[in-house]
Amino acid sequence: MSKLLEVNNLKVSYHTYAGEVQSVRGVSFDLDKGESLAIVGESGCGKTVTSKTIMGLIDTPPGEIKQDSEVLFNGKNILKFSEKEWQHYRGKDVSMIFQDPMTSLNPTMRVGNQIAESLIIHRGMSKAEALEEAVKMLEMVNIPNAKERIKQYPHQFSGGMRQRVMIAISLACNPQLLIADEPTTALDVTIQAQIMDLLKELQSRLGTAIIMITHDLGVVAGMAQKIAVMYAGKIIEKGFVDEIFENPKHPYTLALLNAVPKLELKNKEKLVSIQGTPPDLLAPPKGCGFASRCKYCMKICRIKYPEVSTISDTHEVACWLQHPLAVKVDLAEDIRREL
Amino acid sequence: MKPDTLVEVKNLKKYFNIGNDKILKAVDDVSFSIKKGETLGLVGESGCGKTTCGRTILGMYEATGGQAIFEGENIYEMNKAEKKAFRKNAQIIFQDPYASLNPRMTVGDIISEGMNNFKMYSESDKQNRIYELLRLVGLNKEHAGRFPHEFSGGQRQRIGIARCLAIDPKFIVCDEPISALDVSIQAQIVNLLITLQNEFGLTYLFIAHDLSMVKHISDRVGVMYLGCMVELAGSDELYRNPQHPYTQALLSAIPIPNPSYERSKKRIALEGEVPSPINPEPGCRFRARCKYMRPICSKETPYLKEISSGHYAACHLL
Repeated sequence: MSKLLEVNNLKVSYHTYAGEVQSVRGVSFDLDKGESLAIVGESGCGKTVTSKTIMGLIDTPPGEIKQDSEVLFNGKNILKFSEKEWQHYRGKDVSMIFQDPMTSLNPTMRVGNQIAESLIIHRGMSKAEALEEAVKMLEMVNIPNAKERIKQYPHQFSGGMRQRVMIAISLACNPQLLIADEPTTALDVTIQAQIMDLLKELQSRLGTAIIMITHDLGVVAGMAQKIAVMYAGKIIEKGFVDEIFENPKHPYTLALLNAVPKLELKNKEKLVSIQGTPPDLLAPPKGCGFASRCKYCMKICRIKYPEVSTISDTHEVACWLQHPLAVKVDLAEDIRREL
Repeated sequence: MKPDTLVEVKNLKKYFNIGNDKILKAVDDVSFSIKKGETLGLVGESGCGKTTCGRTILGMYEATGGQAIFEGENIYEMNKAEKKAFRKNAQIIFQDPYASLNPRMTVGDIISEGMNNFKMYSESDKQNRIYELLRLVGLNKEHAGRFPHEFSGGQRQRIGIARCLAIDPKFIVCDEPISALDVSIQAQIVNLLITLQNEFGLTYLFIAHDLSMVKHISDRVGVMYLGCMVELAGSDELYRNPQHPYTQALLSAIPIPNPSYERSKKRIALEGEVPSPINPEPGCRFRARCKYMRPICSKETPYLKEISSGHYAACHLL
């Protein structure tokens, strides 16, 4: 199967008064057509910057995409696109749903016009045709009374409804790739469940590939096929969902899985917490970014970044514990003993 | 009132008059009690009135009706001196660690403000007390001289907790203390709150929308919907055996980090969204989204009734 998206050694920095913040420090992953990938990590780990690069939304300056970075979309390097090629690509081939449905819609434009906008630009429709199509789009994302609704403004919609409108806008031109940047973080659980179900259904119907950015492992468990865990600007572990959840190899992935209290856990039992805070990316550590918080930290972890070890064809991890010379530890067993 | 009860809330109402004869019923006839040393969790979606409820119990809002009884006294009938004494005993930890600390005060000043108010310590003892509090919440002595902007979100929440503990309160309202924090930091703060409770015998009202965290920290959990308490039970009982249709839907919506479970799970989908709390009609508040709706649901407002020992639910069908 041909690759839809290939990201090779992506490095993005931001130049600030305090110095150069290395937000993304060499990220590589790929995505097949129709596949769904979840990028998981805490705030500041570079997951949003990665997705914005794919969408071409990094302002330079203050941002800087390093020379040898490569983002191939259907084999073409998008980082070398001209402005005209960008305009053709954004919204048509790739589109994005943002985290905050309250601020990502234009408050002074009718919802119908916002959906019609990209249809007119990319599919060359007349305004009347585009508005008709907009009604169909709103019906597709289950907004009742769509004919009336397209004449309304965003403030007349609730949070969940606005996120549905965003989804309608982003899917209007039938993109090959949809980037969803924390699409449900600002929503309540019952609404979150509705939106996730909708995305899942639309994906299987339209065959769109999805990159989902989130910090909630629970959300991706039922949704994604592949997971990439990011920490301090690097992907530290990636693989199929089941591999990551059943057999996590990086101490950070395991800790992240355990930090969420399982419903079967006894009341007020101590949660496995990760001590300390993520490193400052103004001066990223030489070795593994997680070393200072990792209880399995060895001498080498602080000196050299670990090589990527392959667990299976699809499962990769960057951790020195996988090295043949390292002490053998059974992560899951260790955690259980601690509880 | 039973002797081991610390806080008792009876038919508490808080309405906001928002003009044009519109009344927003944020908290409508809520009753519960909290035992000494217990944690009561309060969950619900945004706009269900859980924060308003917590704040009204502390007297930060004037209640529209009902009583909040702290150690046998109704806080809405206290005189000024009594109210001051009550404030020493009841404190709050706020949701947003970025907005709840004064950026122009040092951490030491922030923590000692309450102690100064109540003239609790001499100048030299106060310094030691500040250091002790910082140590308790997992910070260092050196942090006392710094300003809030020098700290991360998790550390700021620790400062907020230290400020709250400074005057030895008995009762703390934790208003979504972990919602603004990252997953790995949330666990740190929850562990800290549990340790402090064991050490000082604190009583918590823990407000949150993260259902799995609430279950973990609470002894009992109350579920709110549109200003009303719809179910109240021991936390294990509530999660194992939810009775109210809303609680059932809410619990089934929690995403579980387990792929095979998530794929096979049957979710109870809720149609539509939470209706507006402005001028609500009588009857069950949940009826518009409830698939079991009967004619009685729109005529009579259901009240909490005990369906098994210690398990209360407000639904006509039970």
